[in-house]
Amino acid sequence: MSQPNGQQPWNLRESYTYDRNVIAEIQRAANTGIYRIRGWGAKRELPTLDDLVVLGASMSRYPLEGYREACGTDVVIGADTAENPVRLDIPITIAGMSFGSLSANAKEALGRGASAVGTSTTTGDGGMTPEERTHSSTLVYQYLPSRYGMNPDDLRKADAIEVVVGQGAKPGGGGMLMGQKINERVAEMRTLPEGIDQRSACRHPDWTGPDDLAIKITELREIVDHRVPVYIKVGAARPYYDTALSVKAGADAVVVDGMQGGTAATQNVFIEHVGIPTIAAIPEAVRALQDLGVHREVKLVAAGGIRSGADVAKAIALGADAVSLGTAALIAIGDNDPALEAEYNALGTSAGFWEDFQAGNDPAGITTQDPELASRLDPIIGGRRLANYLNVLAVETQTIARACGKSHVANLEPEDLAALTVEAAAMAKVPLAGTSWIPGQNQA
Amino acid sequence: MSESIFDLADVTVRELNQTLHANESGTFRVLNPRGAHAVAAGINSDVEVHIEGSVGYYCAGMHQRGTVRVHGNASTGLAENIMSGTVHITGSATMSAGATGHGGLLVIEGNAGSRCGISMKGVDIVVGGNVGHMSAFMGQAGNLVVLGDAGADLGDSLYEADIYVRGAVESLGSDCVEKELRPEDLETISRLLSAAGLAAEPTDFTRYGSARELYNFNVDDINAELAEGQS
Repeated sequence: MSQPNGQQPWNLRESYTYDRNVIAEIQRAANTGIYRIRGWGAKRELPTLDDLVVLGASMSRYPLEGYREACGTDVVIGADTAENPVRLDIPITIAGMSFGSLSANAKEALGRGASAVGTSTTTGDGGMTPEERTHSSTLVYQYLPSRYGMNPDDLRKADAIEVVVGQGAKPGGGGMLMGQKINERVAEMRTLPEGIDQRSACRHPDWTGPDDLAIKITELREIVDHRVPVYIKVGAARPYYDTALSVKAGADAVVVDGMQGGTAATQNVFIEHVGIPTIAAIPEAVRALQDLGVHREVKLVAAGGIRSGADVAKAIALGADAVSLGTAALIAIGDNDPALEAEYNALGTSAGFWEDFQAGNDPAGITTQDPELASRLDPIIGGRRLANYLNVLAVETQTIARACGKSHVANLEPEDLAALTVEAAAMAKVPLAGTSWIPGQNQA
Repeated sequence: MSESIFDLADVTVRELNQTLHANESGTFRVLNPRGAHAVAAGINSDVEVHIEGSVGYYCAGMHQRGTVRVHGNASTGLAENIMSGTVHITGSATMSAGATGHGGLLVIEGNAGSRCGISMKGVDIVVGGNVGHMSAFMGQAGNLVVLGDAGADLGDSLYEADIYVRGAVESLGSDCVEKELRPEDLETISRLLSAAGLAAEPTDFTRYGSARELYNFNVDDINAELAEGQS
């Protein structure tokens, strides 16, 4: 049977093994001799929190009135160890993203938006900028392997310290910032020559393993006179052991970043193939906390592909205390805006597909150090957009929690969930919908 | 000026550090450190601290302004991320001494273990004896002066830090090369030896620095080359 254009169907049959993306990547690698470096996060199909559903109240559960009854959203981190614990009004935080990877206006927008709804932002590889400190009411200072811009004066200004062991986009890998984004200010902050392709260290320079890290955390607490909490962030790879060892090292909070977590620049092969999905990571981290008897005491922050209030509610129901998001926050302030379609087209892509955060030519002015491009992002408007988005997420989370009869979102529990696929049931350790079967744990 | 004495057999490191953080100046003598960790960490004033004995990890961590003298040895991360001021020990230091230091002076009269000056960002480090493997790894700025020998892979992936070694170097790391000893290098060595209170002849040192061949990715572009050939 011939097609209208005269082609036979088999003439246009795409290979499953060698689809157009695979062919294009082989051709690109052959032409350039360098691995693909890009931003964003994993783009291939992965199990997500969409593979879970919330059960809601029924005959045996009372729901709360959606618009009337109180449903708390606050989280406190470091209550037992820090003189000034972190108090968040909503369990949704902004993940670490550096000035350098992002423009100063983008960092300001994130600070404004998060502060407006009572939550935190996080620095990144490259240190703390005055603008960021000014506009973030609660600022988490990342302590990274590279120690670029690491300054004890900034450490003392922070509201919390996050020791970064890894991130979801690249567990086991260090940061990367391409030369086109290393302008004079970024280079000076990182003590690097302008224009180099920065490849950050992947290992901390002065500790190896959890026993050392426990001493390192003691040192950090000593330097800030035990005023603020200390988090440990890990890329989701072996979350049970990484969480247990983080607790052993003395963390007040463990941030587990699943493989959907974003990055400003990393090897594509890393983004797509290293780490495990968020849905698989949370229950293992929770199991570690429960085995050590510290669940809900040492806080768990889940990250990687959190997009909606449904994701927030499901992550909390699985046992997280809060979530952290990066990619979604950038979208909220203007990334991949359809209004910029012509400019995305000029870059050979389209709004909704653009991923080249490493390139420094972001039409939205977010992942750039180009002054003209950066000036396109109004940090006040960007901040309002982020605040709106975070408010929606918080209200969506409450909506689900109330439907499950919970007076605080932290009361959501695995019993409120069911899985749509056998794989999700096995990973999330909740029953396959319509059954009582959790693969590996019990019989149907 | 009177001297305050802290006997770590009786008081905690936390009490010591909080006192050091609360004082803008003064002299403090620390007894019985017994390998305690984070002793005198986070100083940001003109205090002078004498530690009588050996210390554990991160002694004088993130040091700013004042002076810390250790009359003994130090474990991992001595004066890590030092910003300014002076840290001076009479004995030896284990791994990662002066790691990521942004400024100031670190003097180790004895030997330093592996990764001395790793990711250094402006600190000056003078080591009277030898340094271990991977020293000045990814060093970005500052000077590492070694009066003895250096272990394997010295200056691997080096940026703009300068390394001066008087003795033998077991091997150089990636992108680290021997460089000409210029008059300004002799001045630097002379100045740092004098600051450290150590004697040596500056011309006896060899300078090592970055070949700068790893600063950017090498990218081929066959398609562009072909297109150019056709145009």
